[in-house]
Amino acid sequence: MNSILYYPGCGVADQACSMEAAARGALAALGWEMEEMSRWNCCGTVYSLATDDLMRHVGPARVLARAQDAGHERLLTLCSMCYNTLKRAERFLTEDRDRLERVNAFLDDEPDYTGGVRVVHLLELVRDEIGYEAVEEAVQRPLAGLKVSPYYGCTLTRPRSAGIDDPENPRVLEDLLMALGAEPVSSPQGVECCGAYLTATSPEIARRRAADISRAAAAGGAELMVTSCPLCQYNLDTRQKEARGASGRGVPSLYFTQLLALAVGADPAMDEQVIDPRPVLAARGLAVEVKA
Amino acid sequence: MSTEQDNIRIYIMGKAYEVPGGLTIMKAMEYAGYRLVRGVGCRGGFCGACATVFRRAGDYKLYADLACQATAEDEMYIAQIPSVPAERAPWELSELAPEDNPILALYPEVARCVACNTCTRACPQELEVMDYIQAALRGDIPQVAELSFDCVQCGLCAMRCPAEIVHYHVGQLGRRIYGAYRAPESGHLAARVEELRSGAFDQELDKLERMSKDDLVELYRKRDVEG
Repeated sequence: MNSILYYPGCGVADQACSMEAAARGALAALGWEMEEMSRWNCCGTVYSLATDDLMRHVGPARVLARAQDAGHERLLTLCSMCYNTLKRAERFLTEDRDRLERVNAFLDDEPDYTGGVRVVHLLELVRDEIGYEAVEEAVQRPLAGLKVSPYYGCTLTRPRSAGIDDPENPRVLEDLLMALGAEPVSSPQGVECCGAYLTATSPEIARRRAADISRAAAAGGAELMVTSCPLCQYNLDTRQKEARGASGRGVPSLYFTQLLALAVGADPAMDEQVIDPRPVLAARGLAVEVKA
Repeated sequence: MSTEQDNIRIYIMGKAYEVPGGLTIMKAMEYAGYRLVRGVGCRGGFCGACATVFRRAGDYKLYADLACQATAEDEMYIAQIPSVPAERAPWELSELAPEDNPILALYPEVARCVACNTCTRACPQELEVMDYIQAALRGDIPQVAELSFDCVQCGLCAMRCPAEIVHYHVGQLGRRIYGAYRAPESGHLAARVEELRSGAFDQELDKLERMSKDDLVELYRKRDVEG
């Protein structure tokens, strides 16, 4: 069993429990174990663009310092936002030693961060280390005929310097879906923003975005959407449901980890979605029971 | 072994005093002539009333502790924090919806935490204060209750926080929610409450109420005392 140090982040720990449960099961089936950090704090949620307000980078710096102090060179994330914040903070701190020294001086008696921890998103681990061939071999229930629209959102691929794939034409989710036997349906809306935190202050904008994104996916023939971010998932699921009202069926949205788990025979933990994906899956011979 | 200690010099609110070494800050202040009315309580490190900020000779850092617990040292600069005027959000425990993370609704400033850890360094109880604020941020109420359990509500965390968070009130709210909604119910407690309600002890109480003072004193003297 391979092992990798894992940073959950607040959204995954509190809201997106299904994303993590499915990832754990799927990775175990692929011979990998996620070893959760013994202590962690919020990554900062959104990468701070303030270059002179180093306090905003202390949170991610401590996460990296603890990973390093525990003897690890890599840190796995599932959430796209945590990935983005940690990845960029790591670069921000190490590209200018003065910043790093100042943050370490502030951390005082806590372990210093000296640089070099690589922040890895699960999609990268699957693509670059586990490999799609190994995934294909592990598939027990191929998602044959299932038409799935990858939704990347912003933080997984942007900016280019931190992204795990091409920001305009990413294919990491398409490739994974093909390895699982599904049929990816790329959408022009797949790299557009979901409305992000406007969901809190102007939910109408998030509803409109969710409606546009899901209609574009449906127009391409997609039956499902997949995301890698708890905030995108909230908007695509809850806000889409609100936008469509009680009568509209909508396009269900899942975490990519859930489809991965389903295909490799692990529990896909499908108990959080507002728009139920199970009828679509059942129609393709992929019935899923929800555990009580 | 000698119990005599050399005198030390301490500075209380900026004024120098000679006091015997080895005293707590609280006793050193009283030795110096201060009569403590506020900012003093149990003198045993439990009530949290005697928050103190001090600096050690040759050290730029400001330290925080309880005056009844920390030992006064030579050349120490000391100031008392008799009360922390931080706001406690009003809440009715029975009206909270624990699944909606009421901590964040009542104390939205929790979301300003940048994980600087200054609160943790200030805590005289050596609690992982920042960790329970982070747990509150993500709605992990059992963790808030667990990590803040030994809080004595001295308020030093709030005094040092650059994000203006009132940690000790947040922790208290977390423990109350945990106790009311999340902790497993105690079967013994429910059975005893039922026993009380059904009047099982009424007769004995009535008997006590009718007794004279002398009889009560006699009864008290004859009580069972654990050997």
